[in-house]
Amino acid sequence: MMDLATLQTIWFVLFLVLVVGYAVLDGFDLGIGALSLLERDPDRRGQHMEVIAPVWDGNEVWLLTAGGALFAAFPPVYATVFSGFYLALMLLLAALMFRGVSFKFRNQVDSPGWRTFWDRAFGVGSLVPALLYGVAVGNVLRGVPVTKTAEGFAWQGSFLGLLNPEALLVGVLGLAMFLTHGALYMAHKAHGEAAASAARKAPWLWLSWLGLWVLATGVSAWRSPHLFEGVTTNPLWWLAVLAAMAGMIGIPLAVRAGRYGVAFLASGLAIAAQNGLAAVGLFPRLVPSSLDLAGASLTIHNASSSQRTLGTMLVIALVGMPLVVGYTIVVYRVFRGKVRPGEYYGSH
Amino acid sequence: MDAEWLARIQFALTIGIHFLFPPLSIGLAWLLVVVEGLAWRRRDPVWESAGRFFGKVLALTFGVGVATGIVMEFQFGTNWSRYSTFVGDIFGAPLAAEGVFAFFLESVFLGLYLFGRGRVSRGLHWFSILMVAVGATLSAFWILVANSWQQTPAGFEVREGRAVLTSFSEAVFNPSMWVRFFHTMDAALIAGAFAMAGIAALWRIREQGGEVAARTLRVGIAAGLLFAVLAVFPTGHEHARQVARTQPEKFAAIEGLYETQTGAPLVLFALPHREPPTLKAKIEIPSLTSWMAFGDPEAEIQGIDRFPANEIPPLWMTFVSFHNMVILGMWFIGMMALGAFLWWRGRLDGTRWYQWLLVASAPLPLVACQFGWVAAEVGRQPWAVYRLLRTADAYSVTVGVPELVFSIVLLGGIGALLIGLYLFLLNRQVARGPESVQEVP
Repeated sequence: MMDLATLQTIWFVLFLVLVVGYAVLDGFDLGIGALSLLERDPDRRGQHMEVIAPVWDGNEVWLLTAGGALFAAFPPVYATVFSGFYLALMLLLAALMFRGVSFKFRNQVDSPGWRTFWDRAFGVGSLVPALLYGVAVGNVLRGVPVTKTAEGFAWQGSFLGLLNPEALLVGVLGLAMFLTHGALYMAHKAHGEAAASAARKAPWLWLSWLGLWVLATGVSAWRSPHLFEGVTTNPLWWLAVLAAMAGMIGIPLAVRAGRYGVAFLASGLAIAAQNGLAAVGLFPRLVPSSLDLAGASLTIHNASSSQRTLGTMLVIALVGMPLVVGYTIVVYRVFRGKVRPGEYYGSH
Repeated sequence: MDAEWLARIQFALTIGIHFLFPPLSIGLAWLLVVVEGLAWRRRDPVWESAGRFFGKVLALTFGVGVATGIVMEFQFGTNWSRYSTFVGDIFGAPLAAEGVFAFFLESVFLGLYLFGRGRVSRGLHWFSILMVAVGATLSAFWILVANSWQQTPAGFEVREGRAVLTSFSEAVFNPSMWVRFFHTMDAALIAGAFAMAGIAALWRIREQGGEVAARTLRVGIAAGLLFAVLAVFPTGHEHARQVARTQPEKFAAIEGLYETQTGAPLVLFALPHREPPTLKAKIEIPSLTSWMAFGDPEAEIQGIDRFPANEIPPLWMTFVSFHNMVILGMWFIGMMALGAFLWWRGRLDGTRWYQWLLVASAPLPLVACQFGWVAAEVGRQPWAVYRLLRTADAYSVTVGVPELVFSIVLLGGIGALLIGLYLFLLNRQVARGPESVQEVP
């Protein structure tokens, strides 16, 4: 069996893979949901939902599995952070509940009021997670108020403490990221005016994403220097920088060529690389402590499960995840091509 | 009310709401494997129409089940952080395995099943509902692994105040795991069968649905009879024998045995009183519990008196919920046996009173699931992990009363709303009936 420190590093990477999988896959359908709030025409709002109808549910599972993997691999992080982020998580759950049923409910009753209600549930239920994702990442990056006691890690923060300017900045950055990603998928998959409208928004969304990324990186360098300690000697950091830049430059080039599918892949690369950059900065910490960085941060070493559990979980992941990726690709291929209005939900 | 009790109430409320839906999804998914398989192999438009209709019911049920289930993946961390820290090395792995092996499978293939009709080959379409059923079953497997470990922990040692894994296979295949999996799966299949039979009976009463109603009524009755019998014997019986061996105080509480005795009776009916623990208005069969649990009518069974007062579960709730579950289980066998008899006599399609009884019985398996779950979980109290961690030492101390009140109102309110909307939409779907039977292209 591998030694404990190797397994802890592997699980840091695997957890990152699950989070990036969530950001890249559910990211576009959250973005499309949030974009639907901007549409006045109910049929066009319906197209937003229809474009992602066959695939959104599987995308959301990346979040659930990331939660389960965090519980299994780093239980003190799961316990301390989730109870600390309590109200934010309850808000997230409420949003995801409304969003989840909106797909099933919207087209069941032929009434404009009913449809508008579930369109809004879909939109707001997508906007809230899209924003909270970045707020959560932002808080983790700057550090959260935990102390270490004899019984373990203790949370010292409050809900309002989570809404600090730096975390909100990363929250808006995450939102811009998902909106861009969603608009590109929409432009690639939808027909007619719905696709054209998303295509018109995409360049502006991309520009705001780029600006917010630069700004958030600068603010982090100033406020959270621990994220940048020694990274310049780490080849992975430079790889992620290059990938993030390639993705960010690739988006407008592909959009200009009218290749929205390629632009969508580029934004997926950029999202993955930007999350990877944050992870390289964090490593080997999982959650830095804002009160006692050296003594009370949760790291892969002081907050992991046992060697046996990490090893068993690695086998589960190595058997299971290739299968998941395989059949997910098959299903996306089955549903390739443009989605006609009414294709999945019928017309009214 | 303090934070511990609010955390308990929130967990009971959210899991209770969630657990209305998965049994129905699992049961319907397996029945659809049969119905869609017949539609595919026989190229039969009646089965095809039945598949389309119950596929829509599955989609609705699954959707609400997923929405109410998301809470569960996070709630251990948010509300039971000391529990999560204590058990994380063991309990987290099955939860993660459920995500990797089950949630992905059922969610990805449900999309293919619901939206792939006519887009993929009929064989692949059937395979997609099979994968939904397999995924839902694996989900039940892993979550019952985790829950059974709480009931009968194995494959671990306690180090520095945490349970640490020593054997994954012993932890997974802990002493109560298989019987609890089979019994719960069986309950899910009963729930699916009664839902299908109840909907079909309502169509017969309203004289709609034609051949689709006639056939799904029969599928429901055949599956319902089979699984109702299996719920009692062997799955229920074996589960009770396991509890008698591994959790004797829970066994004493659910069976109403308050004094240690040889030749313990089987209590069929009674009204439990708390102080002192006694049963009033008791109807019992002498020596039967001793015989059923240990194969010997004279076997000694430990009563509640054998255990310290601070280690016994609440007596009233466990006794009443367990016995109500058993009574419902008998009702299920009776209902489906009667249906099979009427079917054999050729009177199934014309007997209105029986059809009404079926309609009224359709939700009862879900009620029985709730009773069974209460007996299992309240029967484990005062422990979160049997004889290792008390529930009173498991909740999150960082989450205060105001936050808990807020989240209970929020999650309970959304849950109630979703149940109401589910019933409203299900009723509309049933009223609209199956699509008219068309030739299969």
